Amino acid sequence: MAEFKLPANSRYNEVPGNYYPAPSAVRIKTFKVYRYDPDSGDKPRVDRYEIDLDRCGPMVLDALLKIKNEVDPTLTFRRSCREGICGSCAMNIDGKNTLACTKSISDVKKDVNIFPLPHMPVVKDLVPDLTNFYAQYASVQPWLQTRTPAPPDQERLQSKEDQEKIDGPSACILCACCSTSCPSYWWNSDRYLGPAALLASYRWIIDSRDDATGERLEFLQDSFKLYRCHTIMNCTEACPKDLNPAKAIAEIKKILVERTV
Amino acid sequence: MSFKSPLGRVLGQGSHSGTQHWISQRITSVALAVLGPWLVVSLLTMPDFSYASAHAAMARPANAVVTILFLLAAFHHAYSGVTVVIEDYVPAKGKKILALLVLQFLHVAFAVAGIIAVLRLAIWSAV
Repeated sequence: MAEFKLPANSRYNEVPGNYYPAPSAVRIKTFKVYRYDPDSGDKPRVDRYEIDLDRCGPMVLDALLKIKNEVDPTLTFRRSCREGICGSCAMNIDGKNTLACTKSISDVKKDVNIFPLPHMPVVKDLVPDLTNFYAQYASVQPWLQTRTPAPPDQERLQSKEDQEKIDGPSACILCACCSTSCPSYWWNSDRYLGPAALLASYRWIIDSRDDATGERLEFLQDSFKLYRCHTIMNCTEACPKDLNPAKAIAEIKKILVERTV
Repeated sequence: MSFKSPLGRVLGQGSHSGTQHWISQRITSVALAVLGPWLVVSLLTMPDFSYASAHAAMARPANAVVTILFLLAAFHHAYSGVTVVIEDYVPAKGKKILALLVLQFLHVAFAVAGIIAVLRLAIWSAV
C-alpha cells in the first residue's frame, strides 16, 4: 500500500532541535526550519531561529539569508535570483509550496514553518533531490522540433494569437512547487510525469511552429504518465507564477479525446 | 542498485493506452446520470416494496431493460474507478495484479448475478 506513515528517517519531531534566540530585539518572528544532514547519521530535526524583523528584509528568503550569514552558517538551501525568476528557492513555507524570495514574512501570521518540497528525497536541509523531476522534464523533449524547412530568408513566423497561447505555459520557471504539491505525484512520481513536465509538453503541443505534435501526444498517451492526474488542482493552487498546469493537463486530455473519437 | 540513467528510466515507460479508459469512464457516467434517476423513480413509484410489486415493475420490459443497462453501466464504471484507486495506491506489482484480477472477477460476477436476478423477476418467475 501507499506509505501513509513517514519512513524513520523522515520523522522530524523525534529529536529536539536547536534554539537560537534574538535577545534585545523588539519585533521578533520565529522561524522553524527543517534540518537534515545525511552525512551525520542523525535524524531530522526542526531548529527554531528568532529573527529581529527590524534588522531583516521583508521576504522569507531575506530571513533565511540572515540566518545563514549571521546565526547558523550550516543551514543549507538553494537560492539565486531573489526575484522569482530562477525557481531555485522553492520550498514549503507555512504549509504551502512557494518561492522563499517572493513570499512575504508578513503574510505568515504565526511562526514561519519552513520545510523542503514535500515527498522528495532530501540532499540536505531545504535542498531536495530533483534528479527524477529534471529527467521527466527532459523526457517531454522541451524544444522546437520541425520537419518543415525554415523559410530561406526569415525566421519561422507565428501569428499573434498563436503566440498568446504559449505566453502562459512559457512562463514556467521549473521550480517544482506544482509537481511536489500533487498527491498523485507523491505516490507515483516514478511513472506519473507531474504537472510541471505536462505543462512543458503542452507548451510545445500547442506551439504552431512545432511539427512533433503527434509524437508528443503519443508519448503522453499513457495511464500513468498523464492519466494519474485526477484534477484536484493543487498544482494551480501552488504555482508561484500564477500559471495553470491543471488546465494544461485537461487540455491535453481533450486533444487526445479529439484524436480518438 | 542500478546505474541506469534517470532519463533512460523515464523514457523506458509508456503503455500507449489510457485515453480509451478515460473516455469509457465518461461515457458510463453519462449513462448512469440518465439510468440512475430512472431506476430510482421506477422503484419509488411502486405501490409497496413487496415481492409482488417488484415482480410487476420488472415485468414491464422498459423497466427491466433500464435496470439491466444500469447494472452494466454501474459495474463497468465502478470497476474503472476501483482500477484507478488500486493503480494509485498499490505500488507492489504482485499485490497490484492480484487486486485488479480479484476485483475484475468480482465486478463481472456481481453484474451477472444482478442481471440474472432481474431476468428471474421479469421473465422466469410467476407471482
